[in-house]
Order: sequence, then C-alpha cells, then structure tokens
Amino acid sequence: MGEPQERRAVISGAAQSDIGRRLYRTGIDLTVEAALRAIADAGLTTADIDGVSTYPGFGGSFGGAMGAELHEALRLSLNWRSAGVETAGPLGAVHNAILAVATGMARHVLVFRTVVEGSGGPLRPGSGGGGGSAGSAGPFQFMIPYGAASAACWVACYARRHMHDYGTTRTQLGAIAVNGRANAASNPKAIYTEPMTIDDYLAVRMVSDPLCLYDCDVPCDGSTAVVVSHRDYAPDAPAGAVGVNAIGTAIRGRPSWDQFDDLTSMMMRHTAASMWERTELTVDDVDTAQLYDGFSWLTLAWIEAMGFCGKGESGAFVEGGANIGPGGPLPLNTSGGQLSAGRLHGFGHLHEAVMQLRGTANIGVEDCEVVAVGAGGGPETGCLLLTRGPS
Amino acid sequence: MSAASPPRFVLASPESDFYWRSGADGRLRIQRCGDCRRWIHPPGPACPFCHSRRIGPEPVAGTGTVATFTVNRKEWIPGFTPPYVFAFVELDEDPAVRIGTNIVGCEIDDVEIGMRMEVLFEESGEWHVPLFRPLETRAARGSEGS
Repeated sequence: MGEPQERRAVISGAAQSDIGRRLYRTGIDLTVEAALRAIADAGLTTADIDGVSTYPGFGGSFGGAMGAELHEALRLSLNWRSAGVETAGPLGAVHNAILAVATGMARHVLVFRTVVEGSGGPLRPGSGGGGGSAGSAGPFQFMIPYGAASAACWVACYARRHMHDYGTTRTQLGAIAVNGRANAASNPKAIYTEPMTIDDYLAVRMVSDPLCLYDCDVPCDGSTAVVVSHRDYAPDAPAGAVGVNAIGTAIRGRPSWDQFDDLTSMMMRHTAASMWERTELTVDDVDTAQLYDGFSWLTLAWIEAMGFCGKGESGAFVEGGANIGPGGPLPLNTSGGQLSAGRLHGFGHLHEAVMQLRGTANIGVEDCEVVAVGAGGGPETGCLLLTRGPS
Repeated sequence: MSAASPPRFVLASPESDFYWRSGADGRLRIQRCGDCRRWIHPPGPACPFCHSRRIGPEPVAGTGTVATFTVNRKEWIPGFTPPYVFAFVELDEDPAVRIGTNIVGCEIDDVEIGMRMEVLFEESGEWHVPLFRPLETRAARGSEGS
C-alpha cells in the first residue's frame, strides 16, 4: 500500500457549543455556535468552508441538525456535502470529510455532530438510548416485541457473556465509570462531576442487568464541530493542526446487533484491525485513548479491539484504574467520556483527542503525540488514529 | 414475566411474516435454503450463502441453548413490567441461528448461560410470539404443551 490517502487531511479546528443536561435550545442553534467557534479556531471564515459533513443528518435519531440546515444558516457555498447514518458509526462523518479533502472535492470541511437528547423529550420506546424504532420491520423487529427497546438491553447481553467466558466482574466494569467521573471533575463542560467511588457504582440501581445506571451514558444537549482541512493548510492553522494517520472503517462481520458471530466482541474488532492495517504505528505508540463509553462495556470491547490488551483481558486491565488513569500507561477518556461528560456520540472523544494533541487538554498527557479514537457499538463502529501535526 | 401479557410490538416484513405466525400450529419455523440447506435468520430475500432463491420456512425442533441474556429492571416500554429476561437462544439445528426472546416458566434468578430451552408461543393479536422456557420442565408437565 502506498501512503494512506487520509494523511492528506488534518483537523485544523475543533470546538463545542455550550453543553448541558437540558439547554432547551434547538439543534441548529447549538450547531451554529459550535461551527462558528470551530471555524474561528481553525483561523478561517465561513467563506473558506467549502464542505459540510454530519451524522446522522436527515431522518437520523437523537435530535441534532441537518447538514442542509447549517448550510443555509451560515449561507455557505459548498463544493461537497454529505450526511448519513449508514457510516462506520458516528465518526463516519469525519471519515467522509477526510476522504473529500484527500480527493480534492473540498478543502475545508466543517464536520459536526449535534445531540438534543437531554431536553428532547422523555424516552419512549425506540426513541433515543440507541434504540430501534418500535415501528421498525427491520432487524429490530426481533427484539422490540420482547421489551428489548434500548441498546442497553443488547449491550447487557454482550457484557454478561463476556463475564461468563472471561470472568470479567462488575467491579472491573465499574472502573470505566469511576475513571470517567474522576476525569470529568476537571472538565468544566461535564454533566456529572461529583466524586464517585467503586462502592457508589456497585450500590446504584440496575438498569439491564449486568448494566447498572452508571454503566449508561447521560443524555445531554450539545454540538461538537471540527474542521477537516488539506494538510497544506497545517502551517497556517493558528491552534495547531492535528494529523490523520489512519482511519478504521471495516465492517467485515454481519452488520447486526443480535447476529454478530461473537457475543464477547463487536464490529470494532474489525474496524480497529482495519485501522492498524493502514499504519506503521502500533498500540505501543498510543499516548492516550479516547474510546466510546455509551455503555461502559463498549469501552472494554474497544480496549480489546484496539489491542491494548488481549481478548478477554480488558477487565483485569482496567481494574482499580491504575492502567487507565492520568499518569498510567494508557490514560483513557481524559475529559470524562460520555458516562460523566455527556452523550456527545463519539465527538466528545474526538474533541478531547484534538485538545490532547495540541497540549491544551484539561488533564494533559505529557508529550502526547498519538491518540486513538474509537466510537460506536454493535455493528456501527469507526475509529481514527491522530497525530500531533500532519502524519 | 408478569401475569398480564406485555405489549408485543410485532411489525413483520414480507420476509418475516411466517416467523410471527408460525406458532399457530405450535411449531417454530426458520427460513431454510432449498439448495444448500443452510438455515437463514433473520429471513431474507435469498440464501446469503449460495444466493439461491429457493428458500422457505421449515419447522425446527424448537429447542436450543441460552447464549446470553439480560434481566431488565427498567420499564423500557410501558406495560412491559420489570423484571423480565431478554435472551438470545441459539437453536439446536444451527447455533448461528440466534433468536431474541423472553425466558418464561422459571425464576428469573435461575436463568443461566448454557441452559437448555424449548419454544412456546404467546398469542398477541394475529401473531404467535415465540418465547422460551426451560426444557427440563417438560417431564414435570407430563404431556401438557407438547
């Protein structure tokens, strides 16, 4: 393979709107706020933006805003626009932007993910929580009639099988939630910042056993935006350009929550493998990992998929938190993740990765040069390997 | 499961219509390829293995093994009163056929991975929704429900 074409792209800007449990603002309002901040952060104006990419766009779940809404709201003049939900998870919007830049379809693509879940109304069957539609004749028709209306139910099934096969314990799983909460205390935009111990975790109510309340992320309102630019622009990016070393997009198994071949891993197993196939870097080069924690068990699955430990070993790897805390060998979800900082659907992790590589994170990792970002669960997973400066 | 039946939001597709009606005669049916004879689930428009269009529902024994499960403690759907067990049961004919279902007929705390199961059906409007209960209860029930 020649040089992976994604290396033609960099992330030149990154920003977030206000983030809160319930902001009672529209998705496009939050999106415009994040977009204008990200464009300014990149040292650009709206006139420079010639591409827009988002997930999920029209018809997608969890509120948000359409790409066309941002296009119109900022009166952008675009050469390329893309939005969709059938991507390699939410980071698919970033992958698409990178590919557009690499192929010359656009030079500066504004990428966003907006969620309006906190004030988006009460949870109903099939609305939010990653759930399928109660009116779906698609694959969810085989789970909705059994009251398995939320991704919590499906992920819980994987977590239980992982515990059964590998001896993973709730105390080990809880290390993900406790680590996130400790890190969230330094994040002024985090939703939950009060201290949490492993005993607090073990005492809280069950949701879908073996997942308890603290294994599930917290719905919130907020928008994250990044600008993906051609790497030629990197020297001019005032806040520093973050390099794209490799993207992971593979979906080699069955695209299914319930029919995947292995009930102790998910599609990130293939997605992460495809990322490592595109780089000379290895897991040993990664300085910090920002790995999806829509449910805490998904983070264990990502840790194994990325190869930070062996299959089935993630429970022991995270237990007690020493390996994943600040100063440990793999600082994890350093801004609090979704469990405590809010369900920004992988884009909170992406934003934190950029801050780490710029050296501006609230809990900075010393000499941070390489960050692995993985987002999504079930059959919808994607990842990025980012570097300080162009790759 | 509580005494009252929970709401069963079945919305069948043309391919899956047979699946949700199959229990009318007490038999579970799974789509099968008439050429390569592989079992196919969820049902689709062609055999995903040999691409034959000669596919159709065939009865299975209705027995299988619990691959994994969750005990729901939250009312995800109004009327679906917790606690209840949502499980994946892998069928004896082909463990790759994994059925999402509720486990009934035993204490929730007694459900385990690897437990042997048999199908039963709950009528819900025009549908017969496949549920599973422990196979071991067959002897205790005598000829009932066979």
